[in-house]
Amino acid sequence: MKTIYLDNNATTKVADEVMEAMLPYLNELYGNPSSMHTFGGQVGLRVRDAREQVAALLGALPDEIIFTSCGTESDNAAIHSALITRPDKKHIVISRVEHPAIRALCSHLSTQGYKITELPVSKDGILDLENLEKSLTPDTAIVSLMWANNETGVIFPVEEAAKMAHDRDILFHTDAVQAVGKIPINMKHNAIDMLSISGHKLHAPKGVGVLYIRRGTQFSPFMIGGHQEKGRRGGTENTPGIIGLGKACELAAKNISEESIRVRQLRDKLERALLKNIPQSRVNGDIENRLPNTTNISFEYVEGEAILLLMNELGICASSGSACTSGSLQPSHVLRAMGVPFTMAHGSIRFSLSVYNTEEEVDFIIEKMPPIIERLRGMSPFWDQAHQACTNQ
Amino acid sequence: MWEYTDKVKEHFLNPRNVGEIENPDGVAEVGSLACGDALKLTFKLDENKRIKDAKFKTFGCASAIASSSALTEIIKGMTVDEALKVTNQDIARYLGGLPDEKMHCSVMGKQALEKAIENYRGAPALEPGAKIICECFGVTDREIERAIRENNLTTVEDVTHFTKAGGGCGNCQDAIAQILEQVRKEAGPEVKPKMTNLQKIRMIEETIEREIRPSLKHDGGDIEIVDIIGNRVMVALRGACATCKASDVTLKDFVEHRLRELVSPDIHVEEASK
Repeated sequence: MKTIYLDNNATTKVADEVMEAMLPYLNELYGNPSSMHTFGGQVGLRVRDAREQVAALLGALPDEIIFTSCGTESDNAAIHSALITRPDKKHIVISRVEHPAIRALCSHLSTQGYKITELPVSKDGILDLENLEKSLTPDTAIVSLMWANNETGVIFPVEEAAKMAHDRDILFHTDAVQAVGKIPINMKHNAIDMLSISGHKLHAPKGVGVLYIRRGTQFSPFMIGGHQEKGRRGGTENTPGIIGLGKACELAAKNISEESIRVRQLRDKLERALLKNIPQSRVNGDIENRLPNTTNISFEYVEGEAILLLMNELGICASSGSACTSGSLQPSHVLRAMGVPFTMAHGSIRFSLSVYNTEEEVDFIIEKMPPIIERLRGMSPFWDQAHQACTNQ
Repeated sequence: MWEYTDKVKEHFLNPRNVGEIENPDGVAEVGSLACGDALKLTFKLDENKRIKDAKFKTFGCASAIASSSALTEIIKGMTVDEALKVTNQDIARYLGGLPDEKMHCSVMGKQALEKAIENYRGAPALEPGAKIICECFGVTDREIERAIRENNLTTVEDVTHFTKAGGGCGNCQDAIAQILEQVRKEAGPEVKPKMTNLQKIRMIEETIEREIRPSLKHDGGDIEIVDIIGNRVMVALRGACATCKASDVTLKDFVEHRLRELVSPDIHVEEASK
């Protein structure tokens, strides 16, 4: 059975070019970039190239790029550094829809004497900058807001938010793991101090990430060890991962226009067809202001895990914000923060595309989804009632 | 990804007895859209008062659908009295087991069955004196008590896995803890089921990991299980405990005491010969 992968906000395929670039560094070129000999040193040169490739995608300077092990490490390092370098400040501002890498960290910090403000979002998942402004105090050390939401794709006005924080001498960090490679980002034109990237979200392998730190920003390392990354992140470099991520950033720079045109068209085609062919369905999140690859659709009166497993039978991969998929009993914190009714949240499916998806795949899903939903609704005790209510009107 | 048995998958993909019987003898609806799962059960009796047909409609995940399907298969051909003896464990067993976090699906089946039979007998729907404990999922104290008894639950987390109670806002977790304590006290020591050796070994390991090791570590010590033969648990004390003069006391008064309390009163803890 062919796999049709529309779960690219969870992880992505390693691009062929990326794997090719990495392979030599997994076997014959295994040298340590810190070594004195040419054998190791030549790997160091490729790490330098990778740093330039990442910097180029972000409009950053190479020395503003620190390689880490993942997005979560980058997020932890950013918040940690802000709190260490501003020891007298005990307040952190985030949003209610942040990734667990930020939310769980902050709920931990709240037990360590820090005060956390979680900004609300509107029913479309939009952040109100006025709320941000009101939340900032002289005690605020850092504001951390995601650039784009992993579940809905909704984009936050992080550049305006960063300026607002900067005007008050507050650090600003953004978790940009979903945004980088999907929408243009240019660090020359904003005031963001720190930004997190995860390699495996943009066709590099798992186990490599980046923390961008603006030149001149005070930084205290999270991983303390050797002199790697100029003493800002100890630990021998994941050379194949870093070289792969460099290549992936180069590809992303090339593909970003395709992402915003072809991928967006595919996403829109899928979304339009599903909404048209499946009654009682709706999109979660602002449809204008979002990533070109993501759509989050709720199918009322059916449950997300059951939908996913029937899709799975056909080789279609996606994800859901339902409670049953998470192991907790509550649907996704993002959908709850948006006030999506439970009846809708339980039946939410996220489709996230990449440049590797084809129109045939989208057509296949458009053909297969309505019978899946119909089949489950046929089993649902609520569908008859709702249906009767509709026809009576 | 959940590790569902083939039987769960098969009953999810090809559910038996989906639908609704017209003019049923018994009918019940449990759960709600907000909870994330709900089940409507209908059944009809034959002239010998045996369940001739049972049908379900379920909103929920794969294991909720499979549990409903299993339930209808199990009760067909039973008398109402026989059906009342079916437990959530029977449903889970029929399916070759369910993940812990999904046991509440089998409990939902059991609840629907009970309510449907009450409906057939014309008895009141809500048990007399039952009180809602978990507001989020509408779970009563009676339901929690029964789940604790029938499944030998020991922690609040277990209760949440089986009944959903406490899985929402969490405000009722203290109340659940009280019910747990009450039921276990009433039931006395015999509530502890006969364990297989394997279960006992696992429970000893878990208890040491969860209840004992953290305290020892706090004082710079540690403990290692060397062997378990029947009720004899051979351990080695490490770190600060290894050289501590009071290690015998630690062993008997703390380690053995806790294991007797939490696993079995017959346990003997010995220090493995050095």
